[in-house]
Amino acid sequence: MSTLLEVSGVTVSFDGFRAINNLSFQIGAAELRAVIGPNGAGKTTFMDIVTGKTRPDEGHILWGEKSISLIGMSEAKIAQAGIGRKFQKPTVFEDQTVQENLLMALRKDRSPLAVLLFRPSVPDLDRVAELAAEIGLTEMLLRVSGELSHGQKQWLEIGMLLAQEPRLLLVDEPAAGMTLAEREKTTAILTEAAKTRAVVVVEHDMEFVRRLNCKVTVLHEGAVLAEGSLDHVTKNKDVSVVYLGR
Amino acid sequence: MNRSFIARNPSVLIFLSILALFTLLVTLLSEGFGAGLVSTSMVKTLGKTLCLCLIAVAMDLIWGYTGILSLGHFAFFGLGGYMIGMWLMFERTRQIVVTSLSEGVLPPTPEDIQAAIGNQIFGVVGSSEFPLIWMFADSLVLQLAFVVLVPGALAFVFGWLAFRSRVTGVYLSILTQAMTLGLSLYLFQNASGLRGNNGLSGLQNLPGVTAPQSVVSLWFFWASALALALGYLLVAWVVSGKFGSVIRGIRDNEARVRFLGYSVESYKLAVFTLTACISGIAGALYYPQAGIINPAEVAPIASIYLAVWVAIGGRGRLYGAVIGTALVSLVSSWFTGGQAPDVNLGFYTIKWVDWWLVLLGLSFVLVTLYAPRGIGGLFDLVARKNPGEGP
Repeated sequence: MSTLLEVSGVTVSFDGFRAINNLSFQIGAAELRAVIGPNGAGKTTFMDIVTGKTRPDEGHILWGEKSISLIGMSEAKIAQAGIGRKFQKPTVFEDQTVQENLLMALRKDRSPLAVLLFRPSVPDLDRVAELAAEIGLTEMLLRVSGELSHGQKQWLEIGMLLAQEPRLLLVDEPAAGMTLAEREKTTAILTEAAKTRAVVVVEHDMEFVRRLNCKVTVLHEGAVLAEGSLDHVTKNKDVSVVYLGR
Repeated sequence: MNRSFIARNPSVLIFLSILALFTLLVTLLSEGFGAGLVSTSMVKTLGKTLCLCLIAVAMDLIWGYTGILSLGHFAFFGLGGYMIGMWLMFERTRQIVVTSLSEGVLPPTPEDIQAAIGNQIFGVVGSSEFPLIWMFADSLVLQLAFVVLVPGALAFVFGWLAFRSRVTGVYLSILTQAMTLGLSLYLFQNASGLRGNNGLSGLQNLPGVTAPQSVVSLWFFWASALALALGYLLVAWVVSGKFGSVIRGIRDNEARVRFLGYSVESYKLAVFTLTACISGIAGALYYPQAGIINPAEVAPIASIYLAVWVAIGGRGRLYGAVIGTALVSLVSSWFTGGQAPDVNLGFYTIKWVDWWLVLLGLSFVLVTLYAPRGIGGLFDLVARKNPGEGP
């Protein structure tokens, strides 16, 4: 399988504190990956680096078949290149309807002039309806998204990510605060998405990671501690020391 | 979703109808039309108010919709006024000079005329030379273009520097205050070439027009109403579609919009520049009705008033901005114009000229506390619309 994203030897320091320490990470074009690690392991910083929010002090980040370097590209450019990100807290535009949220995310020309003249065509609206069905929000399409429940907001945000048609999805704690039924649905959406693209899920919750049934990368103090199946990494001695303190 | 944007935004049509009715009513009752119920000075006040409403619509676009609290838009308003003022003053002075010189024995040379105009205009700042920026003052077309281009260019350069460095929030507000203060201080200098603290005057007299002020004031009133109508339509259209979604997204969560792949800085810059151009047009219509423009007009306080008007009227809804501005600026000119009767409390007499600002400040606090959506928000309660939707 070809590599879609390759992070090698990346280091980031904040005021002398090494949040990411010589981290290397790879993911294929259609792969589901869970990233776990205790608080402060550098999971969110890792996402910040890949999406261009934080610039690494050292290392390389190469993207796609042509191995383009993502370092120095703006967040918007990286997003346009095909990396979508879901935040820990559900961040949808609460003032706007589900439809408006999805339309904004739809993969289209993002220059101000094109957006100014944009009027949704029938295929666009069909695509939005299709996405809404996928995330179970068909009835909510014209509702203001601030009225949605916590779980529905999480799905809407995943729907917006899918609308972007990214090749890599970075998802930060999608299951936080969800009920069991909602978790099952989220798992289904993510595994479905991973059939055609790369999905990286950052998660605290081991039970949810088990559900995803995929390769796991364990981060600790800004570096990869272990990698492999969940059973494999949980048997790892270093991992149990980090997680359980023994 | 695919209906025309007017059909989706009934408030636009309602607003335009009310504006048209108001214009017609004032015209029919005006002195210039013969009825005389509305005095010429009142027509001018109303015309100026329409111009203030236009800049308020621009302010609502940049603040209410995009979330950028600019406290410097009166700089653009003033620049628009200066640009048209240069032509008005030059052309009128030229006509006076030509008439008086032609009474001489020898026909005047172009140099004589130029020197005489220079003397007339710049004598007050101890000069008779035309500064370089007056190079095109004899061309109405160019000066009209500058009304839009000069504020637009200033906004573009300022915005490019500020937004690219990701200056946001209160820091940006302070920068915009610094910009308008800087412009004001610069214009106060005699060497600025725009007559220092004298400013440009006599702007109410249109060169080559013999019609009385009662009629000219109506022309400007109509032009202001038309400009407000077009500006309102334009801004309502801009915020109605996906562009409106994106800028409201920037207001609510800038980082999220960035990760959706939108270049937030370009959007901010586009909106900042567009609103500066609208402000320039509003200013160009305002100052011929005021008759005079001087650097005090672009003092930082003016832009702060603008923010207060829009806040009282209701951010994020265009009619709110218009209502707030019309109401507060008209009430303000009533109180400060000495028409409001003093209140004698026996031990103290409340003079409204002094106490108006206290009243304004108090109403600002009350609106912020009890009606955060402003006066425009009350309409939403009546119409039971979803908050923050539509213009």
